[in-house]
Amino acid sequence: MSLTKSDKTIIASIWSKIATQADCIGTEALERLFTSYPQTKTYFPHFDLHHGSAQLHAHGAKVVSAIGDAVKNIDNIKSALAKLSELHAYILRVDPVNFKLLSHCLLVTVAAHFPADFTAEAQAAWDKFLTIVSSVLTEKYR
Amino acid sequence: MVLVGIWRLLVVYPWTQRFFDSFGNLSSASAILGNPKIKAHGKKVLTSLGEAVKNLDNLKATFSKLSELHCDKLHVDPENFRLLGNVLVVVLAIHFGKEFTPEVHAAWQKLVTGVASALAHKYH
Repeated sequence: MSLTKSDKTIIASIWSKIATQADCIGTEALERLFTSYPQTKTYFPHFDLHHGSAQLHAHGAKVVSAIGDAVKNIDNIKSALAKLSELHAYILRVDPVNFKLLSHCLLVTVAAHFPADFTAEAQAAWDKFLTIVSSVLTEKYR
Repeated sequence: MVLVGIWRLLVVYPWTQRFFDSFGNLSSASAILGNPKIKAHGKKVLTSLGEAVKNLDNLKATFSKLSELHCDKLHVDPENFRLLGNVLVVVLAIHFGKEFTPEVHAAWQKLVTGVASALAHKYH
């Protein structure tokens, strides 16, 4: 699966909307993840995961910022996320199944915030994009 | 009404079109949206989902016959039920925006998981 020109245009356009509320979107995506898929909380025993938690907010901001890096380097996501890829492979070792769950929660969050912009084509492009990001992040697992 | 958006499944995951070769033009989002067979089929699916909501404590029994149908006659990989469920959740988020809180979202994830599991239950 690779991104077409049209995908890239859509991805950038939706990103420009996300960027206006980046931290909130990241935080909300994580809240959705932990609420719908409680097993994902097992990766954060050291966090206060309550709504409004500063740690949650900081982490949400981190996640969306990394996605922004991928958008800005869309022709070379591998190299843009190389450090994060190593981090996930050797230190964090989050089971690959969870990337799909977080990706889905991100899409739901974006859909809720930008209903008019999140057309079927936008959903398709972002779903593809997040699949690629997920695969870059799990690439070094074994 | 809202849930008509489930046709997005065919756009977001184009390989799901494999089950609809006889439906005619599915070449673009607008083609899919305007396709009368898709509309009719969408209605069928939504009616079933309505049944699910009315029978939350009894999903496996409610979907028993449909499960057999999807296995024996339609030959649909149950993974597709999961994909459709998630598309439905996104469509709900678009429609309800802020009201689609993490808690409401989680409840719907449980429902779609239950439906997907009920539809796969009779597979053999």
